Amino acid sequence: MNRIELTRIPFIKNALKNRYPQLAVFIVMLIGYIFAILAGLIGTPVGSHNFSIVFVWIAWWAILILVAVPFFGRGWCAVCPIPLPGEWLQRGAVLSPPDKKPKWLNLRVPKMFRNIWLQNISFLLLALFSSVLLTTPNITGIVLAAMLFSAIGLSTVFERRAFCRYLCPVGGFIGLYSQTAPIELRIKDKQVCVTCEGKPCYNGSSVGYGCPWDVFPGGLTKNTYCGLCMECIRTCPHDNIAVNLRPFSADLTKPSTRMDEAFKAFIMLGSAIIYAGVLLGPWGAFKDAAYNVGSSSWFIYAIVFLAIIFVVLPGLFTLGIVDTKNALPLKQRFASLSTALIPLGLMFWVAFSLSFVLTNASYIIAALSDPLGLGWNLFGTANATWQPMLTSMLAPAQALALVGGLIWSARTAQKAAGEVKVSSIPVIVYCFFATCFMLWLLL
Amino acid sequence: MKRPELISRFLIVTGILLAVGAPLFFWARTPLIHARMAEDGGWNPDVIQAEVGEPLHLKITSDDVVHGFAVGQMEMQSVDILPGKVTEVTLNFDKPGIYTFFCTRWCGLNHWRMRGTIEVSGSPLDPEPATVPLYVSLDLDLDAPHDASAVPNGKPSATSGQLLETNLPIDQSAEYYRSHSPYEVFEGLQNTSLTEAQRWDAVAYFWQSNTTPESLANGRQLYAENCAACHGENGAGDGVFADDLAAAGESSLQTMEGAMDMAMQTPVDFTNPQRMLGASPALLQGKILRGGMGTGMPMWGSIFTEDQIWDLIAYIYSFQFEYQH
Repeated sequence: MNRIELTRIPFIKNALKNRYPQLAVFIVMLIGYIFAILAGLIGTPVGSHNFSIVFVWIAWWAILILVAVPFFGRGWCAVCPIPLPGEWLQRGAVLSPPDKKPKWLNLRVPKMFRNIWLQNISFLLLALFSSVLLTTPNITGIVLAAMLFSAIGLSTVFERRAFCRYLCPVGGFIGLYSQTAPIELRIKDKQVCVTCEGKPCYNGSSVGYGCPWDVFPGGLTKNTYCGLCMECIRTCPHDNIAVNLRPFSADLTKPSTRMDEAFKAFIMLGSAIIYAGVLLGPWGAFKDAAYNVGSSSWFIYAIVFLAIIFVVLPGLFTLGIVDTKNALPLKQRFASLSTALIPLGLMFWVAFSLSFVLTNASYIIAALSDPLGLGWNLFGTANATWQPMLTSMLAPAQALALVGGLIWSARTAQKAAGEVKVSSIPVIVYCFFATCFMLWLLL
Repeated sequence: MKRPELISRFLIVTGILLAVGAPLFFWARTPLIHARMAEDGGWNPDVIQAEVGEPLHLKITSDDVVHGFAVGQMEMQSVDILPGKVTEVTLNFDKPGIYTFFCTRWCGLNHWRMRGTIEVSGSPLDPEPATVPLYVSLDLDLDAPHDASAVPNGKPSATSGQLLETNLPIDQSAEYYRSHSPYEVFEGLQNTSLTEAQRWDAVAYFWQSNTTPESLANGRQLYAENCAACHGENGAGDGVFADDLAAAGESSLQTMEGAMDMAMQTPVDFTNPQRMLGASPALLQGKILRGGMGTGMPMWGSIFTEDQIWDLIAYIYSFQFEYQH
């Protein structure tokens, strides 16, 4: 497959190798993040006029799901401020090389947690409370602060970015969908890595830190766990690391074999469907159940939510791929074929997000001038009225995303099915019905 | 420590301090009055201090739904308080005292309880003697039954009453009107040659002659803004909150020690002739000023001026009488 090495361009290479541009972005992002926490805690409780809700759940989410993930994969992780204070504390430095002796416990994360199940659980926890989280500034402030402090806490106990790698509720699905992105960080020549002494990209050296994501770049075959922190570009003594432009979904030609990743695909697919029905649909009773956290109707909603994700969707999928004559174990076929759901899930999220992002984007303009709801008018836009944007384009764009996602998934299913030598038709039929259902919910 | 590391740390620490300190600083310097539905706390703060002759600048925001803000017994237009937005109001007081500010939007079931006070200290710029409300000087028992023993068959007509003989034995003074119920005036006409229906028409005309179209229009507006939510647009006690108030029962009342037998009552039906024709304007004045004492009817004495109350009463009687237009 053709790839264009972006790091051949001196400007890009220098910008990535130099720590200062990234540090400048980090500082701005960290200030924004802390401001979002404060705004959530002390700003107006009216979500649509509070910076924390408007900039996190509308602006950031729109950039993340509509731009960053589809086009840059883990591009957000490259500038995410959440792990920074913990990482700086862990290293005892911002720029200087770390001491030989670790400052903190520096433990290795136990093997049983070295997967994305915890990320699956943390995402589901937020998902179940999302109706309140997405509309209540102080809850958002608390959750943002909890993520920041969890990352700091984990950095003092475990080595590298344990929070990003194993707990971050967002990082899990970004990793899953980053496989579809047309950007990758890879080595140029495997033989150079094999013969490289000391593996500074993983272990660190006097010029930089070992991979914060606990990944040996020499073994990278997909984007899922590479956080694009660019540290290996700085530490590689052989200039053997490249950032490439590549075709979309290049990683999906190598189907996953892990159940945690397979279930991540179902969690994301199911969540998008449920959100489309509950948050955007016309059923008031569903909405009430989702909003009344702690009530009996909410518990029913939570049970149904989890049942759809863990029983109904995987169950129907399994029924489609059950083939007693196939030599490969069902579990392996399940994991491999679920790869086809990755582009479908991503496009479901794109279609769902278009709805509420375009509906609510005008709040960004007003919140920019009065982020805390204190009556400011910093840019003269505080009184901008709410108005849905591009409404005439919404339905066609959603339909395009969903149908495009179906075609993309069908192509992925054919490749994945070829790898495990089974028919792709049941998976394509499954994707077809899921898409029809989503079309019905959204349009 | 190398200089780049030092500068980086300085920038980070400064950035964090700014991100934390700046919002806290401006937040602390911007005291807001928060409006929430009464069930969630009402006004916060609900007591404000002010000085006579010194403008009081208020910044008010709503934390939930659209509310309104007005101060009782003051010449001011109510202003809307929008969710997440800040509305600024400047008030000037020329008399000391405790003023009531209140919500002017039907924001929720307990909207009527959404009140606060402004304690204004200082000397009055233009001293006025306090007046005793009429119901107090008449020593009326506001809670005693006052039903009329007889009621008309239809709605008495002021137009028909105007055509009757002019020398009827009715004291034409405003004091007489305010201190007597329609039924009492009706009873006072029993020694005349009028039929019962004509006597009620004469009462209707007497009631109309004690008000003006302007007064009725003002009363209608006050009623629509403040009373109709419970008592109904047409006075039948069937406002949009009536059922909810009755269903809420005792739980919706702010019960006080020794008053646990209080229970929300269905709002009074102003179209009920037995009840209304047995009530004098002074009695209604007392009920409006004082409120229903545990029935769910709020007190309006601190909100309406005396003239506003008489206008409102005049309008309430229009549910009983056919006035000329």
